[in-house]
Amino acid sequence: MSDKPLLEVDSLYKSFGGITALDGVSFEVESGTLTGLIGPNGAGKSTTFNTIGGILKADSGTVRFDGEDITGESPDRIARKGLVRTFQMSREFQNMTVIENMMIAPTGQRGESALQSITPGLRENVSDQEEDIFEQAWEMLELFDIDHLALENAGALSGGQRKLLELARALMLDPEMLLLDEPFAGVNPTLEKTLIDRIETLRDKGQTFLLVEHDMDVIMEHCERVIVMHQGDTLLTGTPEEVQSEERVIEAYLGGSVA
Amino acid sequence: MSVQEGPVASRLPDSLVGYWENDLVKIGATLAAVYLLYVVAGLLLGYGLSGQLNSLRRLTFLIVLYSIGALVVNLHWGYSGLFNIGVVGFMAVGVYTTTILTRPVAGQNPTGTLPGLGLPLPIAIAGGVLAAALVGYLAALPSLRLRDDYFAIVTLAFAEIIRITAKASELQEFTIFGTTVGTGGGRGIRTYPNPINQFFEGTGAPIVNAVSGTIDGPLVSGWTFVLALTFVLVCVLWVIVRIVESPFGRVLKGIRDDEEATTALAKNTGSFKIRSFIIGCGILGLLGIIWQGSQGYISPSLFVPQLTFFIWIAVIIGGAGSNTGSIIGSILFVGTIYLGPGYVRRLVEEFVSLSGRATNFPDALGALAGGDISGIILYTLDQTSALRVILTGVLLIWLLKRRPDGLFGNRREMASSIDVESRVRDRQSNDSTAGGEE
Repeated sequence: MSDKPLLEVDSLYKSFGGITALDGVSFEVESGTLTGLIGPNGAGKSTTFNTIGGILKADSGTVRFDGEDITGESPDRIARKGLVRTFQMSREFQNMTVIENMMIAPTGQRGESALQSITPGLRENVSDQEEDIFEQAWEMLELFDIDHLALENAGALSGGQRKLLELARALMLDPEMLLLDEPFAGVNPTLEKTLIDRIETLRDKGQTFLLVEHDMDVIMEHCERVIVMHQGDTLLTGTPEEVQSEERVIEAYLGGSVA
Repeated sequence: MSVQEGPVASRLPDSLVGYWENDLVKIGATLAAVYLLYVVAGLLLGYGLSGQLNSLRRLTFLIVLYSIGALVVNLHWGYSGLFNIGVVGFMAVGVYTTTILTRPVAGQNPTGTLPGLGLPLPIAIAGGVLAAALVGYLAALPSLRLRDDYFAIVTLAFAEIIRITAKASELQEFTIFGTTVGTGGGRGIRTYPNPINQFFEGTGAPIVNAVSGTIDGPLVSGWTFVLALTFVLVCVLWVIVRIVESPFGRVLKGIRDDEEATTALAKNTGSFKIRSFIIGCGILGLLGIIWQGSQGYISPSLFVPQLTFFIWIAVIIGGAGSNTGSIIGSILFVGTIYLGPGYVRRLVEEFVSLSGRATNFPDALGALAGGDISGIILYTLDQTSALRVILTGVLLIWLLKRRPDGLFGNRREMASSIDVESRVRDRQSNDSTAGGEE
């Protein structure tokens, strides 16, 4: 493992009108870790994700991924570099089937060229590649135990199933790092455990996860490091034990003043 | 295979439901039903063989052309979420460009007609298609970041700008780089000769003579042209189906459903939207060339927004997101709303003896006050174009209440170059037999 952190966020500022959403957020995420990002509602966790992911442009500050400055890049380019995010409210493609939702994701599909898809001769290559993508998608659906829903429209899925689909779809990109915004909201406890096992397996294989989660038990039990945000700023970073014993964290959650 | 429980399938006897699943059968059956209606109407009106053939020729001509337009609107709106209500503008670009390219050069043009560049028709058609695609690119470029409704406004405005530009008297005839060309302004311009008509007037004349005893001569070239247009429709359908049943089409559907989520999956959505838009605009250019261009004369008044909305109605009837639906919607639109009122009028005139034709609304109203309803009936039936709009309104309200997704909306047309559905079903049935669950 290189000693350089995979993701470096340095003094991000972002305000909406008069409201300062990010007030100098800085943190680092090491490669191959499962890191938790916690904080009370309105602390700026989702804004941080949106800024890292490129949907929002920061007023100032930098984001570096894998040593490269990605500040202000478009969301699709950031995703192509291997930094993929999911959304707090699932954003599945409602009028597409589950299997289509999965197959849309992989990058470098030949058939994304209209010309290759139309032209006889070239289309056969497109189909050959799609066979592989289908296999890959099917495996992933089985892994997440939603293969029986493959032909359903994604809009017909339950809240928990949508969360599964979104995580499975993001993994189809085989990202180096995943930003997960409350991936377990609405997922039943058994399934949640399966998902965490899955994430830990992937982490052990070298993938990196940054996780926003309100369930403290999950964070404390499974994350190596925890970043605590409060009022648009990073309050502290540490191991779960360090964070738990820190008085400022408890105060932040209970609404006390932080000096 | 899943049985589509549509309004038709639920009424069919079980033995026929299986056939209804085939898209070609659906299109064929709808077309046959509409043809039958028109043949019966023709019989009632006392049409001879030529009359019948001509009636069906006009019906087919319009169905084919509306189908091409509807397929493009479906590619744009049904698949890519691009709200293009400037359809007619891109048709105008195509046909005007081709016309100007084909008109004989100055000095060789017949007196009183506008000169052009004198290029052969096939090159000029390619030029018209490219020009329409290019204008589509120019329209899409600045407006890609706009939301659906604002994008719609831009396309509508673009179409109107094109129409008004074609109408401008400054462009009626002008000289650029030493070449004199022109749009004809409000007076319009004569287009290019139809090569099929030329064939039957020249080398093909014996064929016309051979049949002239049984049917009218012009029907031969007329029907040949309709068949050629049908071939164009088949080609357009082939291209569009391959576009949407592919990873490219899958990304388009993703953009339609949630563009932001699509960018989060590493897709450059702007590039996909532009490509989808210019492909569609190129096809619309071709549509203008073979439709208005084939009538011998074009003027800006042909390219009013109403035509765009009629094509949209065909898509709405069929249901956005389904190519089969777009074609069936076109058959039903042309068969009922577009051509229906004229036939009803002729039938009423034939079989109901109504006296007192009113030529304007006050007269009709006056007759009504005097207890004579025939005036208002005849007056209403005379207003064919107004009736189309009224029927369209009624139909839209009915669709909104009963079938907001159209006849084939929400139908599953899997966006993939391989048969994903049967592969999934194979595995699911294997799973359930192996696992013994469910």
